[in-house]
Amino acid sequence: MARLIYRDKSWELPGGMTIRDAIRKVGLDLEAVLPVRDGVLINEETILGDHDVIKLVAVVSGG
Amino acid sequence: MRHHRLSLCGEHLLPWVRAQVARAIRKYRMFGPDERVLVAVSGGKDSLTLWDILLDLGYQADGLYINLGIDGYSDASQAKAEAFAVGKPGARLRVVDVRGEYGASIPELARAHRGRKTCSLCGLVKRHIMNQAACEGGYAAIATGHNLDDEVAVLMQNTLRWSVGYLRRQAPVLPPEPGLARKVKPLCRVRERESAAFALVRGIDYIYDECPHAAGATTLFYKDILNQLENRSRGTKEMFYLNFLQAREQYDLFRAEREQVALHPCAHCGQPTTTPGLCAFCRLWVPPEQADDLASACGQADEDDE
Repeated sequence: MARLIYRDKSWELPGGMTIRDAIRKVGLDLEAVLPVRDGVLINEETILGDHDVIKLVAVVSGG
Repeated sequence: MRHHRLSLCGEHLLPWVRAQVARAIRKYRMFGPDERVLVAVSGGKDSLTLWDILLDLGYQADGLYINLGIDGYSDASQAKAEAFAVGKPGARLRVVDVRGEYGASIPELARAHRGRKTCSLCGLVKRHIMNQAACEGGYAAIATGHNLDDEVAVLMQNTLRWSVGYLRRQAPVLPPEPGLARKVKPLCRVRERESAAFALVRGIDYIYDECPHAAGATTLFYKDILNQLENRSRGTKEMFYLNFLQAREQYDLFRAEREQVALHPCAHCGQPTTTPGLCAFCRLWVPPEQADDLASACGQADEDDE
């Protein structure tokens, strides 16, 4: 299973779907996060691997 | 770049964002290649991205960091700004410590002025210090890191309220007036997401945490709504903002509002103010009993004028 981490939350998802679909599946807004794997920004069309750990970086600030 | 139906990798994202910024600077005539610019740096993604781009485009861009004295936030964000400046060739950073310079931090100031919103006080203090630093330093402009999403959120808020005065002043460039430096927003065509992606790809170490006072900010509420609209209809944010700018020019929307307000130099700091006597910033630092005396002596209205 792959893991998606966003702030203090995390989800486990099966591999094989796109990062875009994975973000939608956990209920986050595509406009509001950036997916990072091993410290590197990755494309939303990337296929989620079974052992991937994806950090979702929040991009929206209120200042 | 989902709104452009492009999907850029890190290698191509950087020149694309730089080109957007360079185009905005030229299109809106923000400043010339030989002019000096003061970048308001918060330690966040947008201001550090902006500073990085301006330096790489060859502009003489110095940074100004204002330490607001917010526990658990200001020192950490200052450290990010300083670390960036140390690692970036040509980056010169000036730090102004509000408590050290004026005697109270923003939270302390807010406690002394109960009834005033912390973010409103903070904005007033930052605008004053930025303008002072720009004028004293002989800079052609103050550049802030407002991105497209910031601008669209404010536009939506002001439109829903029909705040004509604020709408009139919302522009990529606010021209200079005597004693007031020009203000420019070179990231106004760059989305928040692109600005963050730029910082990540460039390895810019910015502060992820929000200012604790931003929690529940109305800007976040409007950004969420706009992102929902954007997910339904790609390009909504650009269209709303750019069509606003175009309509304002084309139809001269705020002609009646453009009448000049008479400005006077503040009796203490000399910065322009709409009322005789002390400006709104200087009134913050006067004890309440003295402020009342000063206001009546000067015939001053009790309102913000900066």
